[in-house]
Amino acid sequence: MDWINIIIQGILVGGLYALFATGLSLIFGVMRLVNIAHGDLIVASAYLAYGVMQLTGVGPLTSLIAVIPLAALFGYLLQLLVLNRTLDKDILPPLLVTFGLSIIIQNGLLEIFSANSHKLNLGSFEIESIHLMPGVDIGYFPLLTFAVAVAVVFGLQQLFYHSAIGRAFRAVSDDPEVAQLMGLNNRTVYASAMALCLAVVAVAGVFMAIRANFDPSMGPGRLIFGFEAVIIGGLGNLWGTLAGGVILGVAQALGAQIDPGWQLLSGHIVFLLILAVKPQGLFPKGAA
Amino acid sequence: MSTLHVTRSTPLSRIALPLAALLVLLLAAAPWWASTATLRLIGEIMIYLSLASLWNLLAGYTGLVSVGQHAFVGLGGYILFTVALYLGWNPLLAIPLAGITAALIAVPVARLVFRLNGAYFAIGTWVVAEVFRLSFAQISSLGGGSGSSLPIGIMKAMAESKAMRESLIYWAALALGTGSVVFVYLLLRSRIGLALTAIRDNETASSSLGITIPRIKLAVYVGVAAVTGMVGALIFLQKLRIAPDAAFSASDWTVLVIFMVVIGGIGTIEGPIIGTLLFFVLREFLADLGTLYLMILGALAILIMMASPKGLWGLVTSRTGLSLFPVGYRVETRGDQG
Repeated sequence: MDWINIIIQGILVGGLYALFATGLSLIFGVMRLVNIAHGDLIVASAYLAYGVMQLTGVGPLTSLIAVIPLAALFGYLLQLLVLNRTLDKDILPPLLVTFGLSIIIQNGLLEIFSANSHKLNLGSFEIESIHLMPGVDIGYFPLLTFAVAVAVVFGLQQLFYHSAIGRAFRAVSDDPEVAQLMGLNNRTVYASAMALCLAVVAVAGVFMAIRANFDPSMGPGRLIFGFEAVIIGGLGNLWGTLAGGVILGVAQALGAQIDPGWQLLSGHIVFLLILAVKPQGLFPKGAA
Repeated sequence: MSTLHVTRSTPLSRIALPLAALLVLLLAAAPWWASTATLRLIGEIMIYLSLASLWNLLAGYTGLVSVGQHAFVGLGGYILFTVALYLGWNPLLAIPLAGITAALIAVPVARLVFRLNGAYFAIGTWVVAEVFRLSFAQISSLGGGSGSSLPIGIMKAMAESKAMRESLIYWAALALGTGSVVFVYLLLRSRIGLALTAIRDNETASSSLGITIPRIKLAVYVGVAAVTGMVGALIFLQKLRIAPDAAFSASDWTVLVIFMVVIGGIGTIEGPIIGTLLFFVLREFLADLGTLYLMILGALAILIMMASPKGLWGLVTSRTGLSLFPVGYRVETRGDQG
């Protein structure tokens, strides 16, 4: 039963990785932007939730009422005031600007909150679980995380294909010039996409912070997990990204069984193997 | 009457090249005129000058924006430790070996990461560096996660006296620092440089003219990895100690280097030189600020990327047209009697 348990826990962690990944996938799909600071924004959201909880005394899930809009507003302004100016055919400026942003966020958090790690406390819900069979228990919280990941992917999918803003996203993605001719303001469409991305980032940050300790240096690691999930699943396919997160989660869980030092390594190796064998990812766009 | 004349040099470059040569000679004599502390500082500047020039060639001229060059720095360091500790090689001889090994490993790495589209390529290189770091932490004969040190006996094989060892390491740093700048300069003036310019200006057109883009990108990536590996070997020869986190440190070997190049001027030969020097000047005054210093560098890099993407040197050339190390061709009008 041990192995079944390990795989189930891996699948559930995969939900969290999918939350790291969907925002990344979203903005790449809409404006071909790869945000190096994505992981640091996840960590910053966790600290934002921590701050909100300290100020108001609410729990971590309730804090999302404030954290999601604040993060979204930040994303909107970041895109409008900074990143829009760097978008061009050249990939260098946006990469380097978000790289600079990543360093600023990491060191800013270090300056404010020190290198000590924190955790957001959800009380007894964190440790309660469903007893499935001997040796296999499913925690409520990992299950909730996975359910939220599924809901986020489903919600984004609906938004993308069945709403006006989703149509705008697809239009600027397909052909920015024609989209502009049709009366779209590309700059605000991009800013809305980044706001949406940051809303998902906020959810990801809070769930990450409830699950385990976090500190200012964790951003790049989260970026890498999200990125691996996107590439494993196949670019432009959100359900594929969820599957990518699950594969990564299972690979890490199995690796950790061999040796704790192999947890991260086996995730990376699975990613590199898939890149070698199927560079388009397991579920390339068009399959969804 | 006047005739048109195509030239690669400018009046300034005709002065700059001999002056640069003179400066290198002066620096080569540093063990005789500088204190140990100064020697080490120049050595460190040379190491960063090398990393900055190499990263600039990769990102600024070849469009390969790697944020994982620390993979090859750490790899080079570990190769030096392996052959010095287990084969008893003279550490100085291990430096070129580190370069060759880094190049050999860079070939399969490139085959993998080149599959990723431009911007995702960046994160892919980072994953590779993580894989290297985690793997070396698993090798217990090299000290695993806690690392290992070079015993004094091995250092004595390099040279008996401490002063001579310091000088040898310094000369190696000087050779790699100036060598990297010369390497980039000569490469850009060669046919490969011409091809790189063509690729940068229009990939489709250059491809249709017979430039094999993947091969040229691979060659540059592998060449840069080789020299980066040698620099890494030298860095850890000087430190006498290696551990995975220090060897594969993104902040030391990639973040700072990227800031130097971006601030100095990406896609120019002079940019990394100016960026490296400016970085060390700023560090003298601001290093006490710690994390705040890095935030200032980050903000500076963002501002420069938005206001003047060719960095400080770009500002100079756009105002004055100066070029110390020209790689292009220009047309000069010369007045003569025909």
